[in-house]
Amino acid sequence: MAQIAFEQVSKSWGETEVLRPMDLSIANGECVAILGPSGCGKSTTLFLLAGLYAPTSGKVLFDGHVVNGVDARDRNVGIVFQSYALYPHMTVRANIGFPLRFQKVDKDDLSRRVVEAANLVQIDEFLDRKPAELSGGQQQRVALARALVKQPNILLLDEPLSNLDATLRMSMRAEIRAIQRRLGMTTLIVTHDQIEAMTMADRIICMSRGAVAQIGTPDELYRRPADTFVAGFIGSPPITLLEGDAKGETLHIGTGAMTLTASTAGRITLGLRPEDLRLGAPGQGGLPARVVTVEPLGREVLYGVETAIGRLHVLAMAGDAVPPAGEPAAVQIDAAHSLLFDAGGRRIPNLNIRP
Amino acid sequence: MSQAFVPVRCRRARPALFLAPAASLLLLFFLAPIVIDVGIAFTNMGESLKVTAWTLKNFDRILGADRMIPLILLTTFLYVTATLFFFNVGLGVVLAITTTAVSDRLGALFRGIWILPRMSPAVIYALLWIWVVDSSPQGLLNQVVTGIFGLAPLNLRNDHPLLVIILANGFVGASFAMVVLTSTIRSIPEHLFHAARVDGASEWSVLRFVVLPSLKGPVWFITIYQALSLLVTFEYILLITNGGPVYDSTTYALYVYRRAFEGGHYAYGAALAIALMLFGVCFTLLQWRLFGDGMNRTRPRIEVL
Ligand SMILES: Nc1ncnc2c1ncn2[C@@H]1O[C@H](COP(=O)(O)OP(=O)(O)OP(=O)(O)O)[C@@H](O)[C@H]1O
Ligand SMILES: [Mg+2]
Repeated sequence: MAQIAFEQVSKSWGETEVLRPMDLSIANGECVAILGPSGCGKSTTLFLLAGLYAPTSGKVLFDGHVVNGVDARDRNVGIVFQSYALYPHMTVRANIGFPLRFQKVDKDDLSRRVVEAANLVQIDEFLDRKPAELSGGQQQRVALARALVKQPNILLLDEPLSNLDATLRMSMRAEIRAIQRRLGMTTLIVTHDQIEAMTMADRIICMSRGAVAQIGTPDELYRRPADTFVAGFIGSPPITLLEGDAKGETLHIGTGAMTLTASTAGRITLGLRPEDLRLGAPGQGGLPARVVTVEPLGREVLYGVETAIGRLHVLAMAGDAVPPAGEPAAVQIDAAHSLLFDAGGRRIPNLNIRP
Repeated sequence: MSQAFVPVRCRRARPALFLAPAASLLLLFFLAPIVIDVGIAFTNMGESLKVTAWTLKNFDRILGADRMIPLILLTTFLYVTATLFFFNVGLGVVLAITTTAVSDRLGALFRGIWILPRMSPAVIYALLWIWVVDSSPQGLLNQVVTGIFGLAPLNLRNDHPLLVIILANGFVGASFAMVVLTSTIRSIPEHLFHAARVDGASEWSVLRFVVLPSLKGPVWFITIYQALSLLVTFEYILLITNGGPVYDSTTYALYVYRRAFEGGHYAYGAALAIALMLFGVCFTLLQWRLFGDGMNRTRPRIEVL
């Protein structure tokens, strides 16, 4: 219910600049995920939006209005803190109902809404306990209920599902997404779980060292990463990056070479995702290879293979017929999905390797 | 089997060894005086220190014959409750909250000023108070009262001795709660303040719902601890009013002292001291019973096998 924008917003603590001047625009009702390594400024970004930190420079805008001077309590923001931040002296019931105390909500309505929110996150049986008597995952759900109960304009979630088991996480994801859609809350969700980011978010912000590395749809980040950082960060198991030298249409990597679709020169990095490679018996064409490691991942198996251009990772279905470790094999590359990066790490658009 | 697994039984022998130094000190300076005190209480030891008979007369005196006792108890009650409520806890809480709300530098400065009296020798602090409330026009208070307000000079030490000793002890006592509670407030996770602000709480509500609840445990501790220490210490009273005029500002502990060392009734003093000790023990036990679960008997952080 609010459109959010950052105009050159930065944040410094004394000399250290933890967020470099940043532009951002999030549409009304959009759900955006923030991905990035630890310490890159994700929580800082949320706190700037919530009004808990004042930006060192730049403007924060809600619906086109500058809100730099607006106090946190007047921004109608709901937030799940990374550390949950539950009030230790209050019961779960009082914790969830706390934001409603400060709104004109009558008693019956308040207790009804508290129970509703508790039901939503499946903690209704713990309403009369204190936070210290709950497990980490239960506390996290209380924090979620507290953020949702006041039906905020903007919902900020700092790793809200990090402590839940896989099943609960999946149902929570769906619940959050549904309620977010229903109420039209503009939502930012910080997560380390790429699946979560990909499934929940309309767009993903990938951050690195206090700056935005790329903003785009999950597919854009996956298929057209801006640079080697994003390519390496998005995708699991991670992409294999191989450095080589380009001369004309030939890219020399290690003792081998690949052919490019256009001629170029200099240091070039080739990125190959494990799921874009296929492993077969030798003689079926493709890059000669030898299987060195086998890591079963359940439904899939991750193979490490040695080739002339270096060590590659190949993802195959568990049932596929694959040469056993130590045996010669061949790797077929889905050339259309190969990624090439220049010496500065930027992706070179419209350049691929030839099959 | 690895050598690392030492059976638990082997550890049993050591506690006696570890406790020996503390236990012997306890015996020498704590238990022995009590035994001696109890012994003296049943004698007729007077100024000459001669014991001629065993007697229960001292206890008879406490329980009825001594007409001073009710007055002393009332004075003690007023002194302890007023000092505790207004200063040792009340002012301490206010100081802790205000000095943590302002900037760090300013807060530290104020706390430093409030701790000063505790750091200075009791005699100097008492002398300052004597100067402040001195009945002559040169007393600090009277300079203000007569010079600025044009009123007649006051003689607080004579007219309101209880007020003087409450103020004097309160200004020293507040610093204990201030220091303890300041660190309690400091240790509240910052995210709780953040959460409360996001939830819409005003400054006042943050104080009421986040800060004050966390002070509850420490405030109980301070109340109990300071109540006991107010009951048994009397050096400022002795120095400032000497318990007077007559017995008007004599608290129980000072009464024990005055009886024993001013009057030379050592046996009676010993008996009075036993009563104070019994009260202290009962008070502590009662507090354990009432609040023990919250304060002293929390689940251990590390479970020892
Ligand atoms: N009060 C502070 N003073 C100085 N530096 C700070 C302060 N708070 C945070 N930082 C620094 O700012 C950077 C960003 O912190 P932030 O909490 O936003 O990281 P994050 O992306 O949320 O990391 P994580 O995934 O580990 O939660 C970190 O490098 C951190 O050390
Ligand atoms: Mg964080």
